[in-house]
Amino acid sequence: MTRPFGLLAELTYACPLHCAYCSNPLNLADYRDELTTTQWQRVLTEARDLGVLQLHLSGGEPLQRRDVVEIVSSANELGLYTNLITSALGLSSRRAEQLKAAGLDHVQISIQADEQAESDRIAGTPSFERKITAARLVRELDWPLTLNVVLTRQNINRIDGILRMAEQLHADRLELANTQYYGWALRNRAALLPSRSQLERAEVAVRAARERLAGQLEIIYVIPDYYSQYPKPCMDGWGQRQLTVAPNGDVLPCPAAQALPLPRASVHEDSLARIWEDSALFQRFRGTAWMPDPCRSCERRELDFGGCRCQAFQLTGDAARTDPVCHLSPDHGIVTEAVRAANEPAHSGEAVLVPRPHPRRSA
Amino acid sequence: MLLGPESVSVLNPTGAAILDLCDGQRTVAEIVGELREEYDHVVGDEVRNFLARLVAKRCVELGDD
Repeated sequence: MTRPFGLLAELTYACPLHCAYCSNPLNLADYRDELTTTQWQRVLTEARDLGVLQLHLSGGEPLQRRDVVEIVSSANELGLYTNLITSALGLSSRRAEQLKAAGLDHVQISIQADEQAESDRIAGTPSFERKITAARLVRELDWPLTLNVVLTRQNINRIDGILRMAEQLHADRLELANTQYYGWALRNRAALLPSRSQLERAEVAVRAARERLAGQLEIIYVIPDYYSQYPKPCMDGWGQRQLTVAPNGDVLPCPAAQALPLPRASVHEDSLARIWEDSALFQRFRGTAWMPDPCRSCERRELDFGGCRCQAFQLTGDAARTDPVCHLSPDHGIVTEAVRAANEPAHSGEAVLVPRPHPRRSA
Repeated sequence: MLLGPESVSVLNPTGAAILDLCDGQRTVAEIVGELREEYDHVVGDEVRNFLARLVAKRCVELGDD
């Protein structure tokens, strides 16, 4: 059996931002009962013993956890590479220095646009200035800096400005990630999905910037899978390389898998190793034996693994179907209809976005 | 094994030998020279290409001098 390289630790779903593209689950209130510091430390030790090398601290906003420095410190002692995925709200200079001393290896800051009014509007809260200050602080403390901008219909036309911003902040990496439609993003899809001409302009800008900034800024451009011919090789295959632990201790092959009607697995009930190796949840879509047609006989079945199980479930109600993004899927019409609507000349782009709320924690 | 923010690269012994010599002091030419003392058939361009790919990924930096 393969061993996981990465653990995505979703420390909390609490978040001061209200981005309408958030991939967190819709039932945020069900995750208020969060793992304690000691429980997270046990999870990290078990993850290391299972072969995990990289720890991604995410959420929600991981800095909402008062014990994030302690968790980083434990991870560092275990020899894990630690990556903080943050909105930067809560990254004061004192907190940053504590995290640096605790051994945090890398910081990824999300920004919603290249100027204040637009960024704050998308985030649903004043945050742009604090993000810029925090990005400078990350560079001053000599951390590698990744900026992450989720691209939607609302901000994709600003891509030249976003690229300039990343250059001016001396980021090492810029992730331009077209929205993946899970959680709140799926609910808001009609307003978020960009048009084909918007995407074509963005790709031209990315190609030019890659050439201009080679060796200085690595630009990662995540294509919008609704516009691609074949599905993404989601998670490099179900239960192959990564696992996720949700704020309440649920263990998942990926963060979106909580929505699937599958048996649960929890750190409250079992060890990570047993869950990874034996649980019905992790076994369900491992390998290729579960595949229906057209995947079963497809020569790409070991390349994209039938695409994303969560997307198949969300769009068809059956997680065991071919990802409808694939042009060979019998359900592909669902995706082409969404794409057609996004390219209607009458699409105003002004549809109402449902902001994701800020769940209060019980602890 | 080379760990980046969102990547894990499993290096082959050749890649690992090159990276071991990247210490912030040696020049690329010196690295090629040292590899030649240790191994047969060291192609300078291949070492330079390997390092250029890692520079593009911001895994190593070329110094100013």
